[in-house]
Amino acid sequence: MGKNLFQKVWDDHVIRQLDNGQFQVFMALHLIHEVTSPQAFGMLKDKGLSVAYPTRTYATVDHIIPTDNQSRPLADDMAEKMIQVLSEASREHGIEFFAPESGSQGIVHVVGPELGLTQPGMTICCGDSHTATHGAFGCIALGIGTSQVRDVLASQTLAMDPLKVRRIKVDGELSVGVTAKDVILHIIRVLGVNGGVGYAYEYGGSVIDAMTMEERMTVCNMSIEGGARCGYINPDDTTFEFLKGRERVPADFDEACEKWRAYASDSDASYDDEVQISAADIKPTVTWGVTPAQAISIEELVPSPDEVEGLDKNLINDALGYMKLEAGAPIKGTKIDVAFIGSCTNGRLSDFQAAAKAIEGKTVASNVRAIAVPGSEKVDKDARAIGLHEIFEAAGFEWRKPGCSMCLAMNPDKLVGDEICASSSNRNFIGRQGSSTGRTILMSPVMVAAAAIAGSVADAREVFNLTEETS
Amino acid sequence: MSLSKLAGKGVYVQGNDIDTDRIIPARYLKCVTFDELGPSLFYDVRFESDGTSKGHALDAPQHKGAEILISDENFGCGSSREHAPQAIQKFGLKAVIAGSFAEIFHGNCTTLGIPCVVMDEASRVKLTADIENNPESEIIIDLEGMQVICANAIYPIQMKESTREAFLSSTFDPLDNLLGAKAEIYSTAKKLGYA
Repeated sequence: MGKNLFQKVWDDHVIRQLDNGQFQVFMALHLIHEVTSPQAFGMLKDKGLSVAYPTRTYATVDHIIPTDNQSRPLADDMAEKMIQVLSEASREHGIEFFAPESGSQGIVHVVGPELGLTQPGMTICCGDSHTATHGAFGCIALGIGTSQVRDVLASQTLAMDPLKVRRIKVDGELSVGVTAKDVILHIIRVLGVNGGVGYAYEYGGSVIDAMTMEERMTVCNMSIEGGARCGYINPDDTTFEFLKGRERVPADFDEACEKWRAYASDSDASYDDEVQISAADIKPTVTWGVTPAQAISIEELVPSPDEVEGLDKNLINDALGYMKLEAGAPIKGTKIDVAFIGSCTNGRLSDFQAAAKAIEGKTVASNVRAIAVPGSEKVDKDARAIGLHEIFEAAGFEWRKPGCSMCLAMNPDKLVGDEICASSSNRNFIGRQGSSTGRTILMSPVMVAAAAIAGSVADAREVFNLTEETS
Repeated sequence: MSLSKLAGKGVYVQGNDIDTDRIIPARYLKCVTFDELGPSLFYDVRFESDGTSKGHALDAPQHKGAEILISDENFGCGSSREHAPQAIQKFGLKAVIAGSFAEIFHGNCTTLGIPCVVMDEASRVKLTADIENNPESEIIIDLEGMQVICANAIYPIQMKESTREAFLSSTFDPLDNLLGAKAEIYSTAKKLGYA
């Protein structure tokens, strides 16, 4: 019996079993940012510890950085302090820091892959639940808490239990207007927000095989939204082609590729569970509620609490009440106030390319405030080089500076009151986008573009006349 | 400090899929230490935007001083922010009983010494009814016997064995243990080409 990728990477990185039955696991790459990591340096100081492997940790700022005016000191004193603490701690401990305007700053899960720091077969961790993004390269990529950031700084290891592995095979061919975001929203809808608890998700099948690396990152990114501890895709030629020539990949790239290829799950590998998803069932998908699993296709009606019992009935009632949506009504046509394209889920060059192609020559509806926020300084630079920012601006979007922005609204980019946002981000939780009554409808970048143009939740296939010939 | 047995008054925060954004909204993550997070716990659920109380269970006079939080399925889903369990702890809560937990949250709680114990729905319904009827009832979480005792009733609970062992042996904060393997860490780093 062969091994799956999780088992291979795990076996390579396990140091020993601990007395309580957990394992001590080496972390090949550790990424830190200004929100969940500065406190860890304080914890180290309290214990008189230093950073064990400073060259295995990289720092950047993303969560609290403004996307309009990034000149220092920042207008928000605490935001400025958080960046300074991280910057000073990095300098003190010899950790490389990708500062604003260095050319390499950005959302931590965009920066790692684009620099080639993220490499197949690695264990990767970061104090951020969307660390699963890096799994697109064939990594065990884990979101961790601040005390664990401390553990990794001090020892380069984590104490953890092994995970079960569920293979999710997506086969067939995606129809026009259906994107990687729709695939993962559909998977979460099918398996639930806690369906993945105890599991690593291995995504495979012809749809995943055919995806670009940026699409694969979108899929893996939202693994946590399905409750999985991490998600990954086996490395293949698409992976190696993406990494080739990037700044931080090994000098002997061909040799590295051979090593990386061997991490892919064996054809006779065993899994703890297998799920089959048919591409034909996946339509452009949007959320209607307050969890990512509360999703329907753009063609469907908002569900009714009468369809379920018990606490699930409460969940639907609460979600409908919060979202101010009517059971049984179409989601299409729901008026929006804000359109947001960006985040670690959908803030990469191809996301902006797809949206720009759709909106070119069109105008954002007058009732909509629309912002496009590149995921990194490099994405911004590459987008500008091909004139994408001009297409967005001509259509009525603001083209901003890189950061997490309105995905979690820790910077000034927030919803006001009960505004509704068509958002390419990853969470539609209550209050997520900066207002305790703000409402989020998750969707793909092209669907956000369609909503921005239409002024309401819309079917991108209709708004942009997408047909098999034009795609 | 062994956490094999904990006791205190309980408070029930109803709902499935209570996420960490709800436990602590992102705007309270602006800090460089966790010391001041207690008052921000469940802020938007507890208070109107002008700061007046919405009458949430955590603020109900009869639940003042509660030390054990009870909730439903998939508690703590979403963000990895340790600010969530830190806020729970700083608020004065010592343990959480729920139908199930999101994993990162569960791990963060464990490291901080907050036991997260799983209890089935029927037991939770009875337990929460008990504390509504008599909020002063003491809830005892017994990790040796894997049971909760309240108002003369005994409820079975579950916890992953490695987590339970960590609480029983007071090794829930793993750092000292991890630091005990410096030579092995180095040899693994060397083998993998990282040192």
